Amino acid sequence: MASQNIRLGPEILATAITAITVALASAGWAATASDFDAAYRAAAQREQQAGALRNQWTPTEAALKAAQKAADMKDYDQAVVLAHQAEALANASIKQAEEQNALWRNAVVK
Amino acid sequence: MASTIRVKAVANGDKTEVQSLIQHPMDSGFVKDKDGKLIPPHYIEIVTFDWNGKRVFTAFWGPAVAKDPYLKFSFKGGKKGDELKISWSDNEGKSDSMTAKIV
Amino acid sequence: MTGRAGRRYRWQWIALALLAVALLPASAEERTDPAADQRAFQAHFRHAFPSVALNDFANGPYAVDKGMRKQWEEIMQFPPYEFALDRGKQLFETPFANGKSYADCFPNKGIGIRENYPYFDQETGEVVTLDLAINRCREKNGEKPLPYEVDDMAAIDAYMASTSRGKPFDIKIPDDRRALAAYENGKKFFYERRGQLNFSCASCHIEAAGKRLRGDILAPALGILASFPIFRTDWGSLGTVDRRFVTCNQQVRSVPFRPEDEAYRDLEYFLSYMSNGVALAGPGARP
Repeated sequence: MASQNIRLGPEILATAITAITVALASAGWAATASDFDAAYRAAAQREQQAGALRNQWTPTEAALKAAQKAADMKDYDQAVVLAHQAEALANASIKQAEEQNALWRNAVVK
Repeated sequence: MASTIRVKAVANGDKTEVQSLIQHPMDSGFVKDKDGKLIPPHYIEIVTFDWNGKRVFTAFWGPAVAKDPYLKFSFKGGKKGDELKISWSDNEGKSDSMTAKIV
Repeated sequence: MTGRAGRRYRWQWIALALLAVALLPASAEERTDPAADQRAFQAHFRHAFPSVALNDFANGPYAVDKGMRKQWEEIMQFPPYEFALDRGKQLFETPFANGKSYADCFPNKGIGIRENYPYFDQETGEVVTLDLAINRCREKNGEKPLPYEVDDMAAIDAYMASTSRGKPFDIKIPDDRRALAAYENGKKFFYERRGQLNFSCASCHIEAAGKRLRGDILAPALGILASFPIFRTDWGSLGTVDRRFVTCNQQVRSVPFRPEDEAYRDLEYFLSYMSNGVALAGPGARP
């Protein structure tokens, strides 16, 4: 199974964005509703792409819901963090679908 | 209506081995339905087994017993052809019983 | 290649030509050969579990684990699906409002035909499973379709499956590009990884067949659909093939498709064909 690990580029990027956002937020640079809107839209768009590839993950859906819930409670810092997590998960699922499109044949019993 | 009780009683030496499956929802009263309403408690309270008129087994059940309960036990006595009567009653006052032959 | 240069270097030209052919890229899609796939699939499991008879593969984990088999044999003295099976017979035999019944929709009045499903309908160009056929029968006769996965659908499945006990899977793949594509689609679904846990069906049911995944012993993929519908103790009720596909996908954290989605029908087509020759043993009981 190790040979088929997904490359982690987008996840590292998203984690970095999350870390910077959290750092900025704790430095008093709070996220706004429009920050959330942008982050959520980006994540939702990626999740839609994953849907077109018929490979969505349940934690992605959960993160999107949690992000929306946090935004409804006006906790935009948390909402933005969750939206970024959702985007990272969606990206990973897209990567998985693209890679598996070629890799699946290696697993076939011969 | 078909009986809610299935039973198999097998004579084995000086013992009889009994298995039974009873059809019953055994609702605990703690589970909610699709609309979020509590399903009221509905469970068997007492099950009895009588061999030739003698009580050989009594079970006191309650909300912790799962749906369609299965029971297995053995008692000393019983031979092929003897009768075994099984009865149950629940918290709603419903009941059922049936008589089976030991094989 | 004519002339003295051609003659002198003839063997080099031949070698070069052979090398060029050998280096040609392999065709992007190998030709679909379901029969060869099936032979390799069955050979793999017969080799991995040499003491298991072909028909015993229908019993999943009980065929490959002694301890579980003992528990199962006890449970089967009083199969937990008995009540649902009786209800299924009653539902199957009850006519619709218009006076017709399921017997009018199926070959042989619906008795002893489970082993032929799924089949590829060349008129509509799709894979038809038993559950899909049951609902199409209902709609054709003015009845509302049944929800898939559970309850009445599972009960009717159970009755129809019981009439085919002992008959081996006999799935046909007609020489039709669309049927072969559906088969290949099902095969791809089976082998490709999905979900955050990055498992494929093959990860558990080929690579780890007979081994433990947390508290469960994993069933080999060969014969895995032969005992459906199954009463899973985990569910406390009877469930269909769709129910298991949906819950398995959720378990690897993949968003499942709707029951009877084309992907699931193609997967059922592939898995059933792989098990041709294994005798049906449904309905079944599972942990």
